Amino acid sequence: MADMTVEQARKGGAGSLTRFLRNIFLRNLSAKIAAAPMMATVLVVFVGCTIWTIWYSFTNSRLLPSGDFVGFEQYQRLFATRRWNVSVTNLVTYGAFSLVFTMVFGFLLAVLMDQKIRFENAFRTIMLYPFALSFIVTGLVWQWIMNPSLGLQGTMRNLGWTGFTFDWLTNPRMVLYALLIAGLWQGVGFVMILMLAGLRGIDGEIWKAARVDGIPTWRTYLSIVLPMMRGVLVTAVVLVGSGIVRLYDLVVALTDGGPGIASEVPAKYVYNYMFGAGNIAQGLAASTMMLLTVMIIIIPWAYLEFGGKGNRK
Amino acid sequence: MSQTATISSAGPTASQDARVEARGPRPTPFFTPRKIVIYSILFFACLYFLFPLYVMITTSFKTMPEIRWGNIFAPPIEPTGEAWIKAWTSACTGLTCQGLSPGFWNSVKITVPSTLVSIFIAAVNGYALINWRFKGSEIFFTILIFGSFIPYQVMLYPLVMITRELGIFGSLWAVILVHTIFGMPILTLLFRNYFASLPVELFKAARVDGAGFWRIFFEIMLPMSLPIFVVAMILQITGIWNDFLFGVVFAGTQNYPMTVQLNNIVNSVQGSPEYNVNMAATILTGLVPLIVYFVSGRLFVRGIAAGAVKG
Amino acid sequence: MQHSVSIRDLSLNFGHVKVLEHLNLDIAEGEFIVLLGPSGCGKSTLLNCIAGLLDVSDGQIFINGKNVTWEEPKDRGIGMVFQSYALYPQMTVERNLSFGLRVARMQKDEVERRVKRASEILQIEPLLKRKPVELSGGQRQRVAIGRALVRDVDVFLFDEPLSNLDAKLRSDLRVEIKRLHQRLKNTMIYVTHDQIEALTLADRIAIMKNGVIQQLADPHTIYNKPTNLYVAGFIGSPSMNFLEGELQGGTEPVFRANDGTVIPVKTYAFETAPNGGAVKGVLGVRPEHIAVGEAAKAMPFATEVEVEIVEPMGSDTLAYTKLAGQTLTFRADSEINLRDGQTVLVGFDPGRGSIFDTATSNRI
Repeated sequence: MADMTVEQARKGGAGSLTRFLRNIFLRNLSAKIAAAPMMATVLVVFVGCTIWTIWYSFTNSRLLPSGDFVGFEQYQRLFATRRWNVSVTNLVTYGAFSLVFTMVFGFLLAVLMDQKIRFENAFRTIMLYPFALSFIVTGLVWQWIMNPSLGLQGTMRNLGWTGFTFDWLTNPRMVLYALLIAGLWQGVGFVMILMLAGLRGIDGEIWKAARVDGIPTWRTYLSIVLPMMRGVLVTAVVLVGSGIVRLYDLVVALTDGGPGIASEVPAKYVYNYMFGAGNIAQGLAASTMMLLTVMIIIIPWAYLEFGGKGNRK
Repeated sequence: MSQTATISSAGPTASQDARVEARGPRPTPFFTPRKIVIYSILFFACLYFLFPLYVMITTSFKTMPEIRWGNIFAPPIEPTGEAWIKAWTSACTGLTCQGLSPGFWNSVKITVPSTLVSIFIAAVNGYALINWRFKGSEIFFTILIFGSFIPYQVMLYPLVMITRELGIFGSLWAVILVHTIFGMPILTLLFRNYFASLPVELFKAARVDGAGFWRIFFEIMLPMSLPIFVVAMILQITGIWNDFLFGVVFAGTQNYPMTVQLNNIVNSVQGSPEYNVNMAATILTGLVPLIVYFVSGRLFVRGIAAGAVKG
Repeated sequence: MQHSVSIRDLSLNFGHVKVLEHLNLDIAEGEFIVLLGPSGCGKSTLLNCIAGLLDVSDGQIFINGKNVTWEEPKDRGIGMVFQSYALYPQMTVERNLSFGLRVARMQKDEVERRVKRASEILQIEPLLKRKPVELSGGQRQRVAIGRALVRDVDVFLFDEPLSNLDAKLRSDLRVEIKRLHQRLKNTMIYVTHDQIEALTLADRIAIMKNGVIQQLADPHTIYNKPTNLYVAGFIGSPSMNFLEGELQGGTEPVFRANDGTVIPVKTYAFETAPNGGAVKGVLGVRPEHIAVGEAAKAMPFATEVEVEIVEPMGSDTLAYTKLAGQTLTFRADSEINLRDGQTVLVGFDPGRGSIFDTATSNRI
C-alpha cells in the first residue's frame, strides 16, 4: 500500500484526479463533518430565509404565504401608507439624535473616566448596568418615571412647582425624546466602555510626546487621539446604528407606538403586519427595507474590518 | 535651567510661589478646578444612571396609597414586600393571574438549553473554521458575519413556517431552537477570533504529536478557552433572558418567557394599575442579568462588546 | 547512500504568490542543516512543508526513503521545536512531554522511560511537575526540545527556536543544541535568520531568498566562497565590501575599479578562467581580511586611504574609508590607534576575496 502511495504521489501533479478527489473529500474531513450541521443551518436560515422573505415580498400573500407575483406593488403600498412613513421618519429622527448623543456622551464620559480618577470601577459599574437589562425592563421603568400624574411631573407639581411639565409620553411631539432618554440610559454606558478601551489602547508615548511638545490636553484628544481611535469609532457607529434600525422592544414597552401612531417604528410595523393584520407580504416588504438599511450600514464596515484580516497561514 | 522649566510648566498653583526654589515632588493639591469639574460631571451622570434603579426599588416597597400621594423621590414610609409577593405569585398577565413565576421558569427552560447547545456548536465551529481551513470556509465565515447583522424580522416568518412544519411552533422547543440558531453566528465569530489569538504553533505542535481534530479540540483548545466560555455564557444568558421578540412569536401563550409576561402585566389594561407590583415585577425580570453582570465584572464588558452585533 | 530527507522539485503557492519554487534538497543522515535567510524568504514555510503542517502545491518529500508528501505530521517520523515553544499551557512539563506518546497509546512504562531519558538529557527533571508559566524562557525551550526528543524520531525540525531568548541564553542554548546533536546524531533541520547560529551550528547551510535556495554548502565555503552577490552580502557582519569595476583576464588578470585603480588578482582562484576580454564585475573583500599599516605592505595590493569614521567595538575597531571612490569598511586590531581624518595604509589579498559578474551577479 505504501508503494502505491509513493506511486500516486510521484504522479501527483496539481491536476491529477486522485489528488483532486482527496482535496475535496478527505482533507480535514473531521472539520467538515463537525462544521456540516452548522453550515446547513446557516445556509437554510440566514441565506434561505432571507431569500424567501425577499422573494415573497413581491407577492400578494395575505394570511398565508402563497399568491401571485405582483412586482413592486407591496413596496408602493408600503410607501403610500402613512403609518410606515411615520415609522421611517420617527426612526430617522430618533436615530440621528440617538447616534449623535450616544457617541458624544459616550466619548466625553470615556475621556473623563480616563483622567486617572478614583472609584473608576464604581463609575464603570454604575454606567454600564442598564446595558445588562432587557429593553422591556428599561421601557417599563421609564414609563413609570414619566407617568404624568404620579411620576416625575406629578411629584414636582406636588412639591409645589405647579408649572412643571414633563408629559412626553402623552405628547405626540415629544414622545420620541422620551424614547431617546430611555435609549440613551441603556446604551451610553456601553459606548463609553468601547471608547474607554479605545483610549486605553493608545500608546502612552503619544501622550508623552504631546506633553513634551506642549499641546494642550483637549487639543491632544481632538487632533491626535480621536483620529487614532478611528477603528473604535467606526465600530461604535456600526453597532449603535444597526441597533437603532432594529429598535422594537423599547417602543413596545415604553409607548406601544402611541400616543396614536406618534412613536411607531419599522420593526413594529413588520410585526403588526405579519402577525396582527394578516398581510404577510406587507410585513415582508417592510422587513426587506430594514434589511436594506442594515446592509447599507454594514457592508462598507465589514469590508474595512474583515476584508484583509481573515487570512492566517 | 531645569528649575525654571519646571516652574513655568507647573501650572497656576506652582507659579504663584515662583520665588520659592522648586524642590522635591511637585505640589498636587486634591481640589484643583479640573478635578472638581470632572467629578461633578461624573456624579451627575451617575444620578441619571442610578435614578431609575432607585425609583424601581423604592416604588416596589411602597403601598398603593403611598404611591398615589405622588412623590417618586420619597423612600417608602412603611416598606412592605407585598408587591413582590403579588408580582411573583398572583399578578395578572392577561389570561391568567399566577404572577411572574411561570414566566421565570419558562425563561429558565429556554435559556439553559439554548445557551449550552449554541455555545458547544459555536466552539467546535469556530475551532474548525480557524484551524482546519477547508475550501469554502472563508465564504462561510463571511456569511456568518452578515448573518449576525441581519435583522431578525427578516427571517421571522420563514422560521415560523419551519417550526410549524417541525410541529414545535408554539412550544418552548421552538424558542430554544430559534435562540440556538441565532446565537451561533456571533458565538462562532467570538470563538473563531479567540482561537485565532492563540498561538498557531500550539496547534502545529499538537499535530506533530499526532493529535487529531477532536483531541486537539478537547485536550488543547478547550482547557485554554475558559475565559471565552465565560464570555459566551454571559452573552447568551443575558441575551436570551432579555429577549422579547422570539418569546412572543414562537412560545405560545402558555409558554411566554418572563419578559413577555412582564410586559403583559404592566401594559395589559385591566382594572387600576398597581405600580408597586409593576416595579417589583420589573426588578424580578431584570434580576438574573443584573446578577450575571455584577458577578462577572470585567468579563461582562467583553461579552457585550461581542454581543452588541447581535441581530 | 540513502538520504535522511529528500526534497524533490517542491513548490508551494499561496494563491498566485509563489512561496517556494522547484526546491531540491538532499540531507544526509545525521546532518545538521540550517535554513538561513531574511524573513519572508520561505525558510519557515519549507520547514512547515517538511513537517506536514502545510500541503505542498507540487513536488515530493521523502523521509528515510519513504514518500511522506501526503502523510500526516505524526506519521513522518519528525519532531518539531517552535519559536514560541508552543507548550500546552494547561499541562505540566511531564504531561507536555508525554502528550504525543499518550495520543499514540503507548505503554505507560515506556512513556515514563522516555520522559525520564529526555529530561535527563536536557536536565529538566526538577521541572517535571511544573506548568509552563512557572518556567523561564530557557527552561521552556528545553521542554520544547524534550517534546521532540521523547518521540524518538529520526529528524528534528527547529523553527527559530532561540529567537525569543535574550543574547546570553541564546548562546548557552546554542552550545547545548550542538552538544545534543553530537550526542544523538539525528538529522536536524534548523531555521534561523541569525547567521551566527547558522555558522556555528551547521554542517551545511542553505541560504534562501524568495523561495529559492541560493547556496547550499558548509559554513566555511559559504563564508569564503559565496556563490553570488546576495550570499556574499548576507553573510558576515559588517558585510563584505563591494568594489565595482571591470575584470580583465589574461595571464596577469587585473581588476580595474571604476575610478581606474588597478588591483592585481593573480592570486584569485577563478571558478571559470576568464578569457582575454574585459567583464563588468564586482570585487568583494571582507572587512576582516583587510590589513592595516605594516601588515598591509606584504599584501598583493595596498594603498593609502583616509579614515572617515572610527567605531571602537572593544576587541577590535571598525573604520570607514573610501577606496577608489567607493565605501570601504575594515576591521583593525584595537591596539592600532586610529583617528578620524587620519591617513593609513591598507592592503588585502584578492585571493581571499570574491569576484562576481555584474550581469549575472554570480561568482566568477
